[in-house]
Amino acid sequence: MTETQDSIESETGSVDTREVILSVRNLKKHFPIMKGVFRRQVGAVRAVDDISFDIRRGETLGLVGESGCGKSTTGRVILQLDHATEGNVFFEGQDLTELKGEALRSVRPRAQMIFQDPHACLNPRMTVSSIVGEPLREHSKMGPVERRGRIEELLTIVGLDPSHANRYPHEFSGGQRQRIGIARAIALNPDFIVADEPIAALDVSIQAQVVNLLEELQESLGLTYLFISHDLSMVRHIADRVAVMYLGHIVELTDVERLYDQPKHPYTQALLSAVPVPDPRAEDIRERTILEGDLPSPSNPPPGCVFNTRCPIAQQQCSSQVPEWRDLGDDHWVACHFAE
Amino acid sequence: MSASIRPPVLEVKELKTHFHTQDGTVHAVNGVSFDVHEGELLGVVGESGSGKSVTMMSLLRLIPMPPGEIVQGEANFDDKDLLQLDPEDLRQVRGGEVGFIFQDPMTSLNPVLTIGRQLTEPLLLHTELDKKGAKERAKELLDMVGIPDAGSRLKAYPHELSGGMRQRVMIAIALACSPGVLIADEPTTALDVTIQAQIVAIVKDLRERLGTAVVWITHDLGVIAGLADRVIVMYGGRIVEEAPVRELYASPAHPYTVGLLASLPRLDQKGQELVSIPGQPPSLYAEPTSCSFAPRCTYAFDRCLQEVPELVEVSPGHRTACFWDLENERPRA
Repeated sequence: MTETQDSIESETGSVDTREVILSVRNLKKHFPIMKGVFRRQVGAVRAVDDISFDIRRGETLGLVGESGCGKSTTGRVILQLDHATEGNVFFEGQDLTELKGEALRSVRPRAQMIFQDPHACLNPRMTVSSIVGEPLREHSKMGPVERRGRIEELLTIVGLDPSHANRYPHEFSGGQRQRIGIARAIALNPDFIVADEPIAALDVSIQAQVVNLLEELQESLGLTYLFISHDLSMVRHIADRVAVMYLGHIVELTDVERLYDQPKHPYTQALLSAVPVPDPRAEDIRERTILEGDLPSPSNPPPGCVFNTRCPIAQQQCSSQVPEWRDLGDDHWVACHFAE
Repeated sequence: MSASIRPPVLEVKELKTHFHTQDGTVHAVNGVSFDVHEGELLGVVGESGSGKSVTMMSLLRLIPMPPGEIVQGEANFDDKDLLQLDPEDLRQVRGGEVGFIFQDPMTSLNPVLTIGRQLTEPLLLHTELDKKGAKERAKELLDMVGIPDAGSRLKAYPHELSGGMRQRVMIAIALACSPGVLIADEPTTALDVTIQAQIVAIVKDLRERLGTAVVWITHDLGVIAGLADRVIVMYGGRIVEEAPVRELYASPAHPYTVGLLASLPRLDQKGQELVSIPGQPPSLYAEPTSCSFAPRCTYAFDRCLQEVPELVEVSPGHRTACFWDLENERPRA
C-alpha cells in the first residue's frame, strides 16, 4: 500500500502537504447500451472516462460541469453506489473498488453522501427521527435512549427543532428537508462527504443558509467535501480547489483563485464567461465567449480532445490527439494542447 | 432608461388570484399593479411561491380554473381588458398579440407533432398566410433564432432536438405572429449556463431587431442584471420593489432585495461571507394583513405587523413597499 501511495504522490506532484484522504485513479464508468431481443451490448455511455484526482483532508474540492458531464456519476462511483468499470478509488490508502460485502459496509460510515433532491431522498413514511436514526441503528451499537439523545443532538446541530423529531418529511420546507439529509449524513461522524448538488433544488435565500451550515460543520467536525455543483458562483464561494468536467473527462483542476482568475482550458474560460453576474455595471463590460452548438453525446464522444467540436481555438491535431493531462506548474492541471 | 418614457403597452391593475384547494384558499397574487412599456425588457424576480408566474399566467387566463380564480384586477392591453375578453377574442390574443415562452421546452412542445406543424399553427390561426406562406415564414423564424439547416428541421420532432434547440423553437413559435408583448417564464432555468448564454444572446438580439416588449420571469438575479431595463421584485404574492435595473442593484430599497443580493455568491469576487435570510417563505393561506416579509426582516417594527405596506416612490421610477427608510435609517413618514 505504501508503494501505491508513494507513486500517487509523485504522479500528481502535489505541493500541498496535507494528507491525501481520497485518490481517484484512472476511474471509468461506462453504462452499457443494450439492444434487441437478446439484450446484446451495442455500445456504452462513457459517463466517466479515465479521470484521476486527489482530495486532501479537510478541504472542499468543487466538481463542476454542465448536465450530463458525469459529475454525479463520479460522486456515486467514489462511494461505490455504482461500480467502477475500471480504475481505483483509494480512501485512506484502501482501494474501495475491491471491497465487497462486510468490508465495504464497515467503510460506509466514514464516507457519506448528501443528495440533490430533498423531496426524493427522504422516505415519506419515516419520521425524521427514524430517518436520522437509521444509520445509527445500522452501524452503531447505541441503545434506544442513547440513540434518541444523539438524534436530538444532530437535529440541533443542523438547526432544526429537536421537538419536531416525530414529524414526517412533508411537514418540512425544502431547506429544512435538506437539513434532515445533512443530519443523516453526519450521524456517524464521517470523514468525507460527497455533496451532490445539495442546493440546486432550493430557493436563493435558502441556499445561503444551507451552504453556511455546510461550512460550519466542516469547521467543527473536520469534514472533507466533494462538492458537486453546476453553480460556479457558489463553488467559488465554498471550494478550496476546483475540477472542471466535460463529457466524462476532467479538463482542468487547480485551486479556486487560480481557476477563476486565470482559467487555462478554453472550456473553463467559456463556462466562466457564460455565468451571469448579479451586477448590471459588471455585466455591461464583461466579455462573453458564447460556445456554438450542444454537448456531444457521451455514447459517441468525438475523437481526440472531447471539447474539439465546440472549442473556439481548436486546431487539426485536436480532433486526432487526446491532450495530455499535465501540470502547468503550481499544481495547475489542464488537458489541452494549447494551454500555457 | 428611455424605455420608461415610452407609452405602456400593458397595464395591470390590482390583480388578485386565488387557488381554492382542499387545505384552504391560497392567496397566490395579492393586488399586483405594474406597466410594461413599449420595447422594454421587464425583469420579474422572485422565489418559488412569490406569485411571479401566476401573475403572468393570470393575464392570459392560463391558470387552471377551478381551482384558480382571478378575484379582481384589470389588464389593459391594446384598448381592451384581457381579463374581460370572451374566449374567442382571448384566443386571438394568446399566441397572436401576446407570446408566451414556458420554462420547460420538453413539456410545452407537443411530442407527436413536428416542429414545422407547431410553428405554422399560430401563423395559420392568427395571420392571413396560406399553408405555403406559413411554411416559408416558419423557415425564416427558425433561421432567426439561430437553428442551422432550418428547412429540414421543420420535419423534426421535439425529441430529436436538444434542450437549447427546443427552447429556440419555443421562442420562434412565440414570436411567430410578431406579438406586442412576449412573456418568458423562466426560459433558461432548465438549461445549462453555456446554453443559457446562447438563448440570452438571441433574445437580446431579437429585441433590438423587432422591438418587442419582453417580460422575463426568473429567480436568477444574475441573468436579469445583464438583460433587463427595469426589474420588479415579488415576495408573498406582492410587488415589494420596482426600479430601473442599475438602481435596483446599486441601491436596493427593500430589505428583501438587500437580503437576496447579499445571499448571492459572486463569480467575480472572492471569499465574501454569504449573508442568508433567516426563516422560511410565507404561508399564503391567509389574506395578508401585514408585511409578509416582516417575520424574516431585521428592520421590522410594530407598524410592519399591523399594515400591508403599499409601494411608495423613493426616486424617479424606483418604488418600494416598506415602512422602513433604509437610506436614512428611520421609519418612513
